[in-house]
Amino acid sequence: MSEIPGDLKFLKSHEWARVEDDGLVRVGISDHAQGQLGDLVYVELPEIGASVQAGHGVAVVESVKAASDIYSPVSGEIVAVNEALNDKPETINEDAFGNGWIFLVRATDRGELDELLNADAYAELVENEDH
Amino acid sequence: MTEKTVLNDTHRALGARMVDFGGWDMPINYGSQIEEHHAVRRDAGMFDVSHMTVVDLHGARTREFLRHLLANSVDKLKVQGKALYSCMLNEQGGVIDDLIVYFLGEEFFRLVVNAATRAKDLAWIEQQAKAFDVQVKERPEYAMIAVQGPGARAKVIGLLAGIDQERIGKLGKFAAAAAQGPHGMPLFVARTGYTGEDGFEIIVPEEHAVALWQALAAAGVAPAGLGARDTLRLEAGMNLYGQDMDESVSPWEANLGWTIALDEGRDFIGRKALEAQKAAGVKRVMVGLVLDEKGVLRHGQKVLTAQGEGEILSGSFAPTLNKAVAFARIPAGEAGDVRVDIRGREVPVRLVKYPFVRDGKPQEGI
Repeated sequence: MSEIPGDLKFLKSHEWARVEDDGLVRVGISDHAQGQLGDLVYVELPEIGASVQAGHGVAVVESVKAASDIYSPVSGEIVAVNEALNDKPETINEDAFGNGWIFLVRATDRGELDELLNADAYAELVENEDH
Repeated sequence: MTEKTVLNDTHRALGARMVDFGGWDMPINYGSQIEEHHAVRRDAGMFDVSHMTVVDLHGARTREFLRHLLANSVDKLKVQGKALYSCMLNEQGGVIDDLIVYFLGEEFFRLVVNAATRAKDLAWIEQQAKAFDVQVKERPEYAMIAVQGPGARAKVIGLLAGIDQERIGKLGKFAAAAAQGPHGMPLFVARTGYTGEDGFEIIVPEEHAVALWQALAAAGVAPAGLGARDTLRLEAGMNLYGQDMDESVSPWEANLGWTIALDEGRDFIGRKALEAQKAAGVKRVMVGLVLDEKGVLRHGQKVLTAQGEGEILSGSFAPTLNKAVAFARIPAGEAGDVRVDIRGREVPVRLVKYPFVRDGKPQEGI
């Protein structure tokens, strides 16, 4: 299991959120989640410009084994999606916290981020799941 | 309580991701399920299938018993060591389980049945065996390793005692024989499998299973999990009990008509129901589907046809084809344009003849 970057916030459903320098919120799934899902073969990305609500399904990742909804950690508007995943969904397996990001949100209320788990709390959640 | 095979520690030492599989703690993959799938298609992989149930049948009337118990005809088994795939049906013609039966002697046959159906299978077999005075003996002291792929046989044969190599090299498809493995361990080597590739399924006494696994690994056989086993068998067009058929489904409706032997005068369990169903016309058929668009076909998705709705049985991304394929059960008749409901979206799919892949190659039209 790779190190969990300290600047990330997490949903219990294993999505991570990172506030970029320009204030936009980048979203992906955790390394733990990709490991649970196994080899990813398809990512259904949201539309750019779509409005999203915190805690609602926005994208879908499919592994050989299962399909999994991806929830947005914050409300706002989708301003970019990781098109590279269309051809290489396995990027999420290889680099879940980096090149495997899924979409970028312009948040309407960044206060919602305070509701999320910090890296330590998320690490604890994963630890408990494994036992 | 989850059961463990004798190879459990070996899987964990290899870093396997373990899952509960019908009450057994089994490896789903050792890293990448897709790479394990390709290893089997391209060279050789091995699966721990020790959770499967070996049942030995002894008695003077064993063949007569199996004529009654199984929908396929054991009279096709004429040479010692030959194997047969068959369904075991209830009186209604529903499938209790699918299995392989080996002819090991006029008074000795061996069955290999599914793990998830072990208890009900044993109860059923024992109940039916009484009238034939056949002894039913489970063999939990055996482990089983399937070695599959174009390079599988050569790698196994290289580990056998010199005196056995030529004989096992000549073993025909769907036949089994005893041989000596590394350090003289006794093996039951069957040229069968569940991947669409050539190879062996090897039954070995538990105490030798780890040594056999390690010898195979040293010979270049890649460990492969049950995840890869599932995509391999789906591509190869092989049914999975519980997903593609069960007690509410007859072999006619599960594309297993080829395993039903309606030989003259043989009164097997379920025969009357099967004949009645055939005479009345079989209402549902099992078909193969290919999704050319992106996305994955999955168990339980609704299938829309000109004759009405059906359902995806086994469905998955197929690594050899790099797209999704599935088995579906749909109403009989001209299906027209077939679509699958994927999360509320109707996606067109192609209805095809399967297997999708055989001997490492995508089949024509897939």
